[in-house]
Amino acid sequence: MGEHHRIIPVWFFVGVILLIYGVLILAAGIYHFSDPPSTVLGNLHPEIWWGALLTIIGGVYVYLFLPRKS
Amino acid sequence: MIPDTAGQKLISLHAPDVAIIAIYFAMVIAIGFYLKRHTGKGEGFFLAGREMSAWVAGLSFISANLGALELMGWAAASYQYGILSAHWYWIGAIPAMLFLGIVMMPFYYISKTHSVPGYLKLRYGEPTRLLSAASFAVMTVLMSGVSMYAMALVMKVVLGWNIHFSIWVSALTVGIYVALGGLFSAIFNEVLQFFLIWLGALLIPILGLIEAGGWSGMVARIQQNFPQQDYTHIWRSLGSFSDNPMGIHWTGIVFGLGLIGSFGYWTTDFLVVQRVLAAKDLRAAKLAPIIGSFFKMAVPLIVILPGLLALAVLPFPLVPESALGPGEHSYNEVLPLMLARYCGPGLLGLGITALIAGFMSGMAGDVSAFATVWTYDLYRSLFRKDAPDAHYVKMGRACTVLGVLLSIATAYLVMEFKSIMDYVQALFSFFIAPLFGTVFLGMIWGRITPAGGFCGLLAGTLSSVGMWLLVRADPSKLAWIALSSQAKDMAENMYRILWAGVICITVTVVVSAFTRPRPDEELKGLVYGFTEVPSEGHLPLWKRPIFWAGVSAVLFLILQVIFW
Repeated sequence: MGEHHRIIPVWFFVGVILLIYGVLILAAGIYHFSDPPSTVLGNLHPEIWWGALLTIIGGVYVYLFLPRKS
Repeated sequence: MIPDTAGQKLISLHAPDVAIIAIYFAMVIAIGFYLKRHTGKGEGFFLAGREMSAWVAGLSFISANLGALELMGWAAASYQYGILSAHWYWIGAIPAMLFLGIVMMPFYYISKTHSVPGYLKLRYGEPTRLLSAASFAVMTVLMSGVSMYAMALVMKVVLGWNIHFSIWVSALTVGIYVALGGLFSAIFNEVLQFFLIWLGALLIPILGLIEAGGWSGMVARIQQNFPQQDYTHIWRSLGSFSDNPMGIHWTGIVFGLGLIGSFGYWTTDFLVVQRVLAAKDLRAAKLAPIIGSFFKMAVPLIVILPGLLALAVLPFPLVPESALGPGEHSYNEVLPLMLARYCGPGLLGLGITALIAGFMSGMAGDVSAFATVWTYDLYRSLFRKDAPDAHYVKMGRACTVLGVLLSIATAYLVMEFKSIMDYVQALFSFFIAPLFGTVFLGMIWGRITPAGGFCGLLAGTLSSVGMWLLVRADPSKLAWIALSSQAKDMAENMYRILWAGVICITVTVVVSAFTRPRPDEELKGLVYGFTEVPSEGHLPLWKRPIFWAGVSAVLFLILQVIFW
């Protein structure tokens, strides 16, 4: 999409926001690793693996749809 | 009906949560500014240049529907009614979405209409278009106000934010990005919101199932907590109005929801159809709702399952809004409660962003559809027929701002209603349910006349309003509408939609029988039998929309059997 107008694909924007969110959530998870939040199943450290998942998905989208000069 | 929760809030945000929410607002506005330069022409602003791929149009199609009431309302409904709420995602959506893609989309797309009222103009003439456009414009603004109010209410209850602050901040954000980039911007943001909604909400069912011990563990806990009701089967308890928590009979679900209500919404509500009209070619337009159907089938994972898990794991019962006492929580708070149960700093911000994204995508859908219908179907038709393209784009931007302001006014109006869902279902039954009969008959049968189409649509709308007023004036008349004295509110909605559709179709056919049809040559590109739909026979099987529609239909049937 967007080739005719050279519009940055929407997937790139998706990648950017997921990458930023992934890094933020992963960092929050690591910061609280030794003292996990008192949520149910907080001992499973969902912030870490969900943050890592978002970082990977976001990173892949950014890499694949990064606007490049043709 | 703002709950008295002064000084109380369910969730406290931390720095990463606030950062995540702030980044979201900055991103959607930045996208609006970026896309402004690409929407100088009417085709770009109102139809996103008609160059969306099937995937983008399909995700946008679903996201525009994943609004305020979808996320919060149906999560609450699933706590109240159990898995019966999944009917609104399965029989209440999938057949109609596949029908839109395979049967109706060719006519919308080939006629090159900008809108559903625009199709009615081509098929039936100006009066039907004006009636449809005016009712759609009113409904859209009212619905947008509901989205805004629901969001502000959630922010107040969940985060303790001031309700007026939430209304104005969300409205201005949507207003800015839609006014700047039109449908282009709305669709871009809807795709973004689609990912955020899924990734923000999916953690609740994952962690919930781990806590409950899987599906079977959850079912066992629900049966232990609520032994008197069946919350986990979708058809088994629908043989009688009194056997299920919804107080509805299978005929209401199959005919009211599955036939009239669902087909009315998914095939004629311009809010969703507009996203598909933006597709780059006919094949993409046909595929978009079919792609959407797969995701729609999965939405119960993030909406219905959290409600069921709440029935299983929450240590206290939730109560109706009307019976809310000090220290108690209402059904409407089920999703935020589950979010607070499982999500710590960071994930909480993502979950709240998912809710905000849902609210904003629904609102943006309403506002962009309103701007198109007002500009093309009312303003151009009634006031300035031959203005330059740039003038209509300017009008579209102004209408977006106007739509936002009217929505804000409506949000304050909605505060006076006792039940948001009652308000929404009433609007839907007035304006959308009858429309399906008019559009569908016009597409498949050349004998239907302009007078028949207009009279049928008017009769369906007026009869629906009449039935609603009748039950409000005398609640015992519900037994007439729903055919049972044991019927509850949801059953009333489904049967009112059914009768409105039946009346529309009957009046359309009868009036057409006594009036003159349009000549055959005027029906080309508009009606089945008079329109040449491009063949897809040269494509490999896996590239044909009909193949994927078949796969979707089979999955739909499998789900019915699994959860029977």
